Amino acid sequence: MSEFDQLYREVILDHYKHPRNHGLLEPADAHAEGQNPLCGDEIAVSVRLGAGDVIEEVGFDGRGCAISQAATSMLGDLVKGRSAQEVAAMPSQELLDELGIPLTPVRLKCAILGLGVLKLALHKSRGTPLPEEWGTSARDLVLE
Amino acid sequence: MAVTAHPKLDAERLRTDFAVFDELVNGKPVAFLDSAASSQKPRQVLDAMRDFYEHSYANVHRGVYRLAERATTAFEGARQKVAAFINAPDAREVIFTRNATEGLNLVAYAWGLVNLGPGDVVLVTELEHHSNFVPWQYIAKRTGADFRMIPLDEQGELDLAALERIEGDGAVKIVATNLVSNALGTINAVDQLAVWSHERGALVVIDAAQAAPHRKIDVQALDCDFLAFSAHKMCGPSGAGALWGRAELLEAMEPFNVGGHMIRKVEPEETTWGDLPHKFEAGTSPIAEAVGFGAAVDYLEAVGLDAIEEYEHELAGYALAQLGELPWVTSYGPPARRRAGIVSFNVDGVHPHDVAQILDFDGVAIRAGHHCCQPLMRKLGVAATNRASFYLYTIPEEIDRLVEGLHKVKKSLG
Repeated sequence: MSEFDQLYREVILDHYKHPRNHGLLEPADAHAEGQNPLCGDEIAVSVRLGAGDVIEEVGFDGRGCAISQAATSMLGDLVKGRSAQEVAAMPSQELLDELGIPLTPVRLKCAILGLGVLKLALHKSRGTPLPEEWGTSARDLVLE
Repeated sequence: MAVTAHPKLDAERLRTDFAVFDELVNGKPVAFLDSAASSQKPRQVLDAMRDFYEHSYANVHRGVYRLAERATTAFEGARQKVAAFINAPDAREVIFTRNATEGLNLVAYAWGLVNLGPGDVVLVTELEHHSNFVPWQYIAKRTGADFRMIPLDEQGELDLAALERIEGDGAVKIVATNLVSNALGTINAVDQLAVWSHERGALVVIDAAQAAPHRKIDVQALDCDFLAFSAHKMCGPSGAGALWGRAELLEAMEPFNVGGHMIRKVEPEETTWGDLPHKFEAGTSPIAEAVGFGAAVDYLEAVGLDAIEEYEHELAGYALAQLGELPWVTSYGPPARRRAGIVSFNVDGVHPHDVAQILDFDGVAIRAGHHCCQPLMRKLGVAATNRASFYLYTIPEEIDRLVEGLHKVKKSLG
């Protein structure tokens, strides 16, 4: 398999060209925006929560590379039906396994941007823990 | 110094000075089109540093023994070379720094903190790299001065007609600008800006990080007050840079870093500062890096700055013409004659990260991102661009490989 096909798997390209859960929800129970300071990519995520803070719907919008857009698209289906607490504790490796592609450290940040913003939204709305991989920078975003 | 070059630049010959071009990276020869971020290093520079470490190394300025004397001679010799490189009236005015950013911070802190206050205006350009933008924004905030931007017009050029409007009723004290834009390659009309600034008694601070590798710099002809650049973008090592400033300004300024070497006399009650340039060089300097910096100056001068500039115009023109034939590619910035070897562009509907990634599969190395110019990106209405940048070792075939790669990008993701 060529390097291109390894990274831009068919399923990745499909999610990139036809993103699921695209478009912000109105109204929403949780909302946040985040940026990858390396490249300036921005993602906004909104969430509707049901009984027991279970995620019923996810909507996202933003601009970014194929990896970040596909990962955020796949993320929505991955977290629906789980509680806010579960998602806040979800290791980013679970999303990376779902993506199933070899990522360099720079592209890794693209892949987990959406998950970080989702955790931030849940934190602002439900007080769940912030994404660990963001370190103190997540706190800056909360203040906005 | 033996340099394999002719009066007109012969990139194929110069490439033999750079070991990296003999190597395969990921199984392919690398088309290195990211020299604006940092250049490759010729063996002449590496040999000079190795030779210095092996035969002349000791700390500088203090030892009375022979090796220390040799090291000091080499270090100060490098300062002389750097001073001559920018036509500085006096080598004392050349301060070795870590890089251009540190030089610009030195001016912002040591001059700005003391001399700026409410009612004063600090002007930067919308085209600025964060290195000459953030220090001024930060120091303006700390001193209560106004921080304002010289905007770009629709063509992406500095809108100098807007100067008087921006000035308003404030007292402009600092005008900070780059000589060559790292994102667009634009060679800016700094001379006009200097005239306007000096009419008001404002100081002109030039970020020459992108200009120094590519064209002859003359601080006297530019009529600027401070000018900063880095060795690593001009065939020299990382960790060394230079700040030039007018002696009378530097002498009147407070120090930036304090500690060893920069003192005249230390007493429990008070410390007095050493003479230029030592007053601004606290602690042990990057000694071998400075020697490498001097060797890089020798290398560029042997190739010829005029030849480099002319060759880069040709490469930029070639690249812009090639990209111009692709209707799904948008290029940014001025015509080739008015820019250094930097070409910024976007592929319709494809994010720069993906463009750069796919090009890398074929060994073509470009930069994708905001290039530390978020205000400019906002102006262009994009989050990021692709940037291909060229240098004295770039060959047109590498630009062809870039264009071939872009066709693949278009086919797979466009």
